[in-house]
Amino acid sequence: MYELINTTLIGITSGSIYALMAIAIVLVWRSTRIVNFAQAGMALLSTYLGYEFIRIFHSFWIALPLAMVAGALVAALIDLVFMRLLVKHASQGPIAAVAPIIATLGLLGVIRAFISFFWGNQDLAIDSPISNVGYTVGTHTLAISPLKLAILIASLALMGVLTLLFQRTNLGLALRASAFAPEISRLAGVRVDGVRTLGWALAGAAGAAAGMLQTPNGTGTLSPDSIEFSLLLVFGFIAAVIGGLESLLGAVLGGLILGLVLAFVLTYISGSLVFITGFVLLIVVLIALPRGIIGAKGARRA
Amino acid sequence: MSTNQSLLAVKGLSISFGGLRALNDVHLEIKQGEVVGLIGPNGAGKTTAFNALCGLVTPDAGEFFLDGTSHAWPQTDTLVKLGIARTLQGVGLFSDLTVLENVMIGAQRFSSTGLISAALGRNTKDEAQLKERAIAALEKVYATGIAHRRADTLSYPDTKRVSIARALVCEPKILMLDEPAGGLGAQDIEWMNSLIRNLTATMSVLIVEHHMDVVMSVCDRLYVLNFGEVISSGSAETVRRDPAVIAAYLGTGA
Repeated sequence: MYELINTTLIGITSGSIYALMAIAIVLVWRSTRIVNFAQAGMALLSTYLGYEFIRIFHSFWIALPLAMVAGALVAALIDLVFMRLLVKHASQGPIAAVAPIIATLGLLGVIRAFISFFWGNQDLAIDSPISNVGYTVGTHTLAISPLKLAILIASLALMGVLTLLFQRTNLGLALRASAFAPEISRLAGVRVDGVRTLGWALAGAAGAAAGMLQTPNGTGTLSPDSIEFSLLLVFGFIAAVIGGLESLLGAVLGGLILGLVLAFVLTYISGSLVFITGFVLLIVVLIALPRGIIGAKGARRA
Repeated sequence: MSTNQSLLAVKGLSISFGGLRALNDVHLEIKQGEVVGLIGPNGAGKTTAFNALCGLVTPDAGEFFLDGTSHAWPQTDTLVKLGIARTLQGVGLFSDLTVLENVMIGAQRFSSTGLISAALGRNTKDEAQLKERAIAALEKVYATGIAHRRADTLSYPDTKRVSIARALVCEPKILMLDEPAGGLGAQDIEWMNSLIRNLTATMSVLIVEHHMDVVMSVCDRLYVLNFGEVISSGSAETVRRDPAVIAAYLGTGA
């Protein structure tokens, strides 16, 4: 019984981090139609900056929002100086659809090299700001700790704020419209370029939150070639695809589903099957539900 | 402003696509309160001319005049600020948004908050004001009753109304209508005609249209394009009698 509860708790906690990463990927996709492979690098860089903020302010909880702001600025800068130019110059022919996506792969390498140049290759540690030891009920230790609870609350709050922004504000309207049909939006007077940069910035902040929360919960260390962040990207992608790439709610559900499936495989089958399960799930969803579990009906029609 | 001064003028507009001349030295002029029609056989360059005016296509040559003064060729997203709004042939509503939201997108230029401040805090007053403007625009096309329906649930004539409301909401001086009567039945065409005539009280209208009945009954002046060149211009009567126009349309059935 406790094993079942614990597995569910592990699934929900790791799922909520995948959900944050998925949200970052969905945000860039929704506002620019670019699948952003550099998201892992952006999250890693933001977490390195978060590490510096922790050293300055001696508080993880001050460093977290600062890292999110830094992540937003880095992402906005990438869009302003790099992506905007690229989209403009490679806007025609068959290359137009793939050039920005391939470019984000290049960007991922650049960011990792940049980190290694400035911080070196040694591991840096981010300690858990609060206890990561599970609460106990009688003689049993639950898989939910104060840190994991905080991660869950932070993830849910961020999802709530972003969903409100998209669904209830004028700015959200501009974001949705620009992604849907940039030319029509331009005709209607929407500053599409500015809106796109903002989409990148929001994604940068969400990715920074994912990185900052995952690190103390996971290995606790940062390195330029962190496998943890590569996995975060891969699982974020899988979660985003399960959710249909279009919707924030889909990203959240996708993250939770992925987290739970992986946790159950880990506990009840075998730890060595975790990665393969993630990829099999991705392929199955792509074949069976190519529009994800919340298929945006007619979302591609303008 | 005198009524004779042109509100918008285009001189020497030329565009080619990979060696193919789509438009050659086209001159257009629209005066205050005028309804101007752009007609011509298929492939004559009407849509290209429209797209060029909207900055969707960059011209090889051409001068742009607003209120008689020379102006840089417009960019698509600054068009609305210049007082020019356009509807699209394919209507182009955002299918997963409501009618009201669709129209609100056209009112973005009245949003006083910048992107950054809008991201940090919602400005309810600003949004309420945009909503009011959108409802007022829907009233003009008698579509307030469908304000809360999703755009993809509308009948075709209703999508046309909404797309016009989205163009009207930014209070343009010049409204560009791309085939407003296309796909409409007789009754809706009648309605569209009277709407266009009523609009001239506050704006000028530029129309691309295939329906000759519509063109002849609402337009004050016509430009006839053929093979990318203006072959005739003037009142409906003048143009209709022009041998060059008759020759261009011969066999097209229009």
